[in-house]
Amino acid sequence: MTDDPTAKSDAADLVRPYVITRGRGHPTRAGLDLVSLVIALPGDESPHILDPESTRLLALCRGGILSVAEVAGHLALPIGVVKVLLSDLMDTGLVATRRPIPAAELPKTQLLQEVLDGLARL
Amino acid sequence: MALPVSDGAAADVYLADSVKIAAKILIVGHFAVGKTTFVGTMSEIRPLSTEETMTQAGAHVDDLTGAGRKTTTTVALDFGRLTLSDRLVLYLFGTPGQQRFAQVWKDMTVGALGALVLIDPQRFDQSFDVIGLLEEYDVPYAVAVNRFDGSVEHPLEKLRAALDLLPDTPLVTCDARDRASSTEALMALVRYLQLRASKELA
Repeated sequence: MTDDPTAKSDAADLVRPYVITRGRGHPTRAGLDLVSLVIALPGDESPHILDPESTRLLALCRGGILSVAEVAGHLALPIGVVKVLLSDLMDTGLVATRRPIPAAELPKTQLLQEVLDGLARL
Repeated sequence: MALPVSDGAAADVYLADSVKIAAKILIVGHFAVGKTTFVGTMSEIRPLSTEETMTQAGAHVDDLTGAGRKTTTTVALDFGRLTLSDRLVLYLFGTPGQQRFAQVWKDMTVGALGALVLIDPQRFDQSFDVIGLLEEYDVPYAVAVNRFDGSVEHPLEKLRAALDLLPDTPLVTCDARDRASSTEALMALVRYLQLRASKELA
């Protein structure tokens, strides 16, 4: 009864966030924010021992590009926890952020114009 | 929990491969003003919610048991997504406007283009806190009066004076349930941001 391995899959509701992140409050990589875009890289995760949350996160990111906030929303995990887990997966080369266009190449005025044009097309 | 990829709607979950830029606009306002409705009206995906847990939010909470106890506060953020072009996606974050969520505000405001402040004309006085926070964090904003019924009690110019808005700050009306109306309010904000950006360059 108590040995049911599937009982762990919904553990996120029961496990304190600092347990999932093994006590860490901050990601190893700075610069991940709510709208950083992330995607899984092709590769084999089997050499790495992943906790259940990271396994779910990786499976989600295999499907395509999502923002950090969306990953957190889909997995029902706090954003702080997701940032820590994503950083770890980036360190092991399993996940990457989509390289944003450097600010110098995209002036704010141009970004705002693109936003306005996009809204006008809705 | 099932992953969204398993429900056969992967195309509606993930961004197009061509998307390279993510922009962020905050939808702010006091409790129950219509932030979640606004985000839901505009979003192309089913709006998502995520929680941020803070352990140091209890600074203003009287704690008679002493310093050994931490206070944990959970803040829910509702957000939605709008793909605006092949390469550009806009995220709208509904953000609670209470001072005690300052830690979350720091996170939320980084990189935000600006904020749209939703206001209930009957309860506009509850908006001072959130406007104060936007000014403190230097986030440019426009104000949208949600479901303005033209009541003579609070004509727009009276509201502008009551809210102590600068002459340049856009003050528009919108219906958060209506997509065209909500889009107009966002466009008013972005035009204002353009004006500010061009002044910065000048």
